[in-house]
Amino acid sequence: MSDVTVFIGGVPRRVPSDVTVAVAILNHGTTSFRKSSGGMPRSPVCAMGTCFECRVMVDGKVGVRACITPVAEGMQVETMS
Amino acid sequence: MSRTSHFDVVVVGAGPAGLAAARTATEAGSRVLLVDQYPRPGGQIWRHRPGDALPADAREAIAAAAPPAVSVATRATVVDVDGPRQLIVSFAGRVSRISAGAIVLATGALERLLPFPGWTLPGVTGVGGIQALVKSGLSVSGARVVLAGSGPLLLPVAATLSKAGADVLLIGEQASAARLRGFGARALLDPTRAFQAVRLRWASRRAGFVTDTWPLRAIGAERIERVVMRIDGSERSFECDWLATNAGLVPRTDLAQLLGCTVDTNGIVVDDDQQSIVPGVFAAGECCGVKGETGAAVEGVIAGIRATGGSVLSSLRRKRDQQRRFGRMMQAAFAPRRELIERVTGDTIICRCEDVRRDRLDPSWDQRQAKLWTRVGMGACQGAVCGVACETLFGWSRNTVRPPLDQVAVDSWSRAIREPDPEPGPPEPDERALPA
Repeated sequence: MSDVTVFIGGVPRRVPSDVTVAVAILNHGTTSFRKSSGGMPRSPVCAMGTCFECRVMVDGKVGVRACITPVAEGMQVETMS
Repeated sequence: MSRTSHFDVVVVGAGPAGLAAARTATEAGSRVLLVDQYPRPGGQIWRHRPGDALPADAREAIAAAAPPAVSVATRATVVDVDGPRQLIVSFAGRVSRISAGAIVLATGALERLLPFPGWTLPGVTGVGGIQALVKSGLSVSGARVVLAGSGPLLLPVAATLSKAGADVLLIGEQASAARLRGFGARALLDPTRAFQAVRLRWASRRAGFVTDTWPLRAIGAERIERVVMRIDGSERSFECDWLATNAGLVPRTDLAQLLGCTVDTNGIVVDDDQQSIVPGVFAAGECCGVKGETGAAVEGVIAGIRATGGSVLSSLRRKRDQQRRFGRMMQAAFAPRRELIERVTGDTIICRCEDVRRDRLDPSWDQRQAKLWTRVGMGACQGAVCGVACETLFGWSRNTVRPPLDQVAVDSWSRAIREPDPEPGPPEPDERALPA
């Protein structure tokens, strides 16, 4: 399986091309994907697209569920932490 | 927005039930569209990355419901319905209207995630949640994991984690030893299940399996650092990197509710033909009662046959009835115990999307009142998590489903709804190549 480069908070990271954005972020060592309305850190819970806790910004689009989104070459990922 | 396409049968969900239904309906000569939310068919149980080794039955089921025989749309979600058997579907963000001769719902199950102090900390996931993450490539080598859930999913997840190099500190089942003995004695009469249980237990043999066990509170600053567990009457603290926990599975019924199907706590109500009270709308698998993959596949076959007007062998119905009984027995054995509800403190967050705490909710309300007054269930997940939690905690019914069922651009959604009814005509061959 080939690798792709994704940028997590601007930091380039080589990841296998078949992982999800959530896995790329977690394996990068980031645990806070977003801040809740009360300001608390949150991260993936269901990992199947239903809980929406893993929402991040991908290529400028907000509210993308990292757990069901495959990575792509050059993808820009911003956590909301 | 493209024109409306017609399919004889639209199957929603590509797990064991949906794959079996799609294959069966196709073999009966029907033009079938199989839609699934995820990048690859297989559902949660057969979730995989390209090149992963899959069990033989999974490989066969996926291959038998693949293009060109079946039109398969992955990363596709039904977001709304518009009249009898008219589905508004988002294909990787592009919204289109699909008309169906019959619909087979095979939408599976969700984890029942119940609130307790600290459950919102990063590092606290569902049991199926951590399995999905590991199957998607999460590195857990050397990570300390506490598994504390309910039901037959625990052992396969423990095996997945151990194989990936995680240090599984504990496998905790919330159900009581007495209930498990009653269930186990009967389940183990089936040699396949007995063999499976022994094999899985062996794969995670280094971790202790305990009953009457559940997390009381998770503690940490930026992520979980430790969890206080209740283990058979006493409390014990574990330093850990991950806590994977649930209180079993619940049928996923949001689309069925939009279609007007009757839904009770066992899921979508279906008759002997797997048909719901809405003519032409069938259901199969966990969404009409959690029962496991074997029963799901049998129900999928029956739904596929009946959705295309074929006749079902009585031996197949008997096999289905047997699997249904097993499912009901399992759901009773692993029902969430009262103590799981008692963990909740006044400042425990119930609705994770809107940060609504327990002390802002009055159990004498219903779900609709609670939504209006506190925004519980009004956030991004639309109650997928807290709706189930409130049903378990307060007995509020989850009958408040509203479209769209998934994130969708509102302009394309409304355009799709305004489309006129389709003219009956020959199928359009180009629609076989739906976005994958």
